[in-house]
Amino acid sequence: MSSRQSDRREFLKRGAALAGGLGLAAAKPASAQLPDPEGMIVGTDDLVAYGKRSRFEDSKRIPHGGRHSPDAFGLDFHIAAPLQESVGVITPSSLHYVGTTRGSYVPDIDPAKHRLMIHGLVDRELVFTMEELRRFPSVTRLHFIECAGNRSRSSHTTVQETHGMTSCAEWTGVLLSTLLEEAGVQDGGEWIVAEGVEEVKGASTIPVNKAMDDCILCYGMNGEAVRPQQGYPLRLLVPGFEGIFNVKWLRRIKVVDQYYMTYNDYGHLTQDPATAALGYQIGPKSVITFPSGSQRLPEPGFYEISGLAWSGGGKVARVEISTDGGRSWQDADIRGEPQPMAHTRFSMNWTWDGNECELQSRCTDELGQVQPSRAQVAAFWNQPPDQPVRVKGQDNSIQPWRIDSDGNVHNAII
Amino acid sequence: MRSFRFAGLLLLAVGVCAQAQSPTYGLGRAPTAEEVAAWDIAISPDGTELPAGSGTVAEGEELYVQKTCFVCHGLNGTGATAPRLIKRDVGEVDDPWDYGRVLPIRSPYATTVWDYINRGMPLGMEGTLTPDEVYSIVAYLLFLNDVIEEDMVLDQDSLPNIEMPNRNNFARVPDWFPGQPRLEGYPY
Ligand code: HEC
Repeated sequence: MSSRQSDRREFLKRGAALAGGLGLAAAKPASAQLPDPEGMIVGTDDLVAYGKRSRFEDSKRIPHGGRHSPDAFGLDFHIAAPLQESVGVITPSSLHYVGTTRGSYVPDIDPAKHRLMIHGLVDRELVFTMEELRRFPSVTRLHFIECAGNRSRSSHTTVQETHGMTSCAEWTGVLLSTLLEEAGVQDGGEWIVAEGVEEVKGASTIPVNKAMDDCILCYGMNGEAVRPQQGYPLRLLVPGFEGIFNVKWLRRIKVVDQYYMTYNDYGHLTQDPATAALGYQIGPKSVITFPSGSQRLPEPGFYEISGLAWSGGGKVARVEISTDGGRSWQDADIRGEPQPMAHTRFSMNWTWDGNECELQSRCTDELGQVQPSRAQVAAFWNQPPDQPVRVKGQDNSIQPWRIDSDGNVHNAII
Repeated sequence: MRSFRFAGLLLLAVGVCAQAQSPTYGLGRAPTAEEVAAWDIAISPDGTELPAGSGTVAEGEELYVQKTCFVCHGLNGTGATAPRLIKRDVGEVDDPWDYGRVLPIRSPYATTVWDYINRGMPLGMEGTLTPDEVYSIVAYLLFLNDVIEEDMVLDQDSLPNIEMPNRNNFARVPDWFPGQPRLEGYPY
């Protein structure tokens, strides 16, 4: 090594040490012509190994549903995703919503010790290691998950509060049908019970038709391992079914001949058959994420209205937008190819004239199911008009946002 | 020649069918009987998975205190921080659903009560109760809710046969098929 090179090394080292305490390298001398960045981010082994977002980005999740997460003991319950800042269709794993069967600790599972058992009405009972599961043919699919409690209330101010209990990720794993075929489902095997390993060992009963159709045992999420809050090392995905079916920290699948009425199942019990049906597969739904509650349009002029649409019934077929409180509707642009049971990004070019107005979006899915307004729901069930509308089952009603003439956006749900 | 080929195809088809009966990938191992027994904790309404054991209301009353249930749920099943375990005080009702969302009265099956206490309670000490203790505690809670008599002994045979007041008083989830709308006749 020449002495000039080693001088330079020494110089760089000293400079880095000096700047190290600040976390930023010393600012370059100001250029006469061009604005400079705030500084330079010093490379560290940690940042080289695993990247980090800009310190200017602070999009974050919030506890949801009136019960704080974490509670005094460190238990998590319901945590909502910041949809107001979302772009595209994938929720970053760190921002994906979290729901638990009941407040619970996140189990810290060593994948080398984790096992999945498949048993019950099968020809061959089987136990798999994670390594074995990864050897099976895999699928990678976009799917949303949504909590049954994702219901807009007039007290909510942001889309995170009204709709943040849904998220969409790219999931990778083995189709459950692959493993059930491997085990051989016997006659009479009409249901499966899927169960996790957390303290309460959350378990749900799922029809075998669904299990054989498109359920995935996921070890991958957004290009890396499923996060602990999402069920590391293995979670069941039940596309389009309400959140609680997507059992996390999955340890056991039992093929059975009857509905088991687990405590999770019991938690959804109702006397009304319509409510039972409507709380099962998620309906067509959409929400405008920009402009949305608590955001502000700084001035009249051009904006792209943007939002997310999804349905438990399959692909999004159409999204319409109203800028006049639902009197007239225009087709929105669908971004990219809609995927079954996945968030789909829609948008519309729009020039705001500075007058008060109300934005709404409406999703139609490939089955022809149409997202309703709350007034339509009330009319369908002949509910008295003077009472607050209670949407049966999963609430998929249209979300209105009112824009005041000062540009402030408010939740206009009633 | 033709028929030969046909026969060949037929053989192939038969081969494929036969293959579907046997594992394709050959991964994984069979669990031992002990493993299955230890993991098999979801209790069906007919009680197939219930372990042998028995318990009484009197034992349950003691265990309710001994196992700290009362700390969170209150001495009489109400009045503390955790959900109430005794039906709402609404007197005689036409519809047992009106007793409220309280597991040991609303659940259509006593097996769900047994299952949940066995897997999920006491909070923070899950999995520490023996089968006999769970039978006793369930007996006590069902007695508190006027579902069973004080002298009833609960075991793997009697528990699934308890007629819970909501046994047939709830809506079933619909049969599910791919591509099916949520609710027939509902456009939304
Ligand atoms: C440390 C506090 C604590 C202790 C001790 C405790 N529980 Fe609980 N229990 C709870 C909480 C909290 C819930 C609600 C769980 C949830 O959020 O889903 C609950 C739920 C229940 C439920 C379901 C109630 C319903 O209607 O859904 C039953 C039954 C129950 N407990 C029984 C017991 C029994 C029996 C014991 C003693 C063996 C016990 N619990 C000990 C805190 C406790």
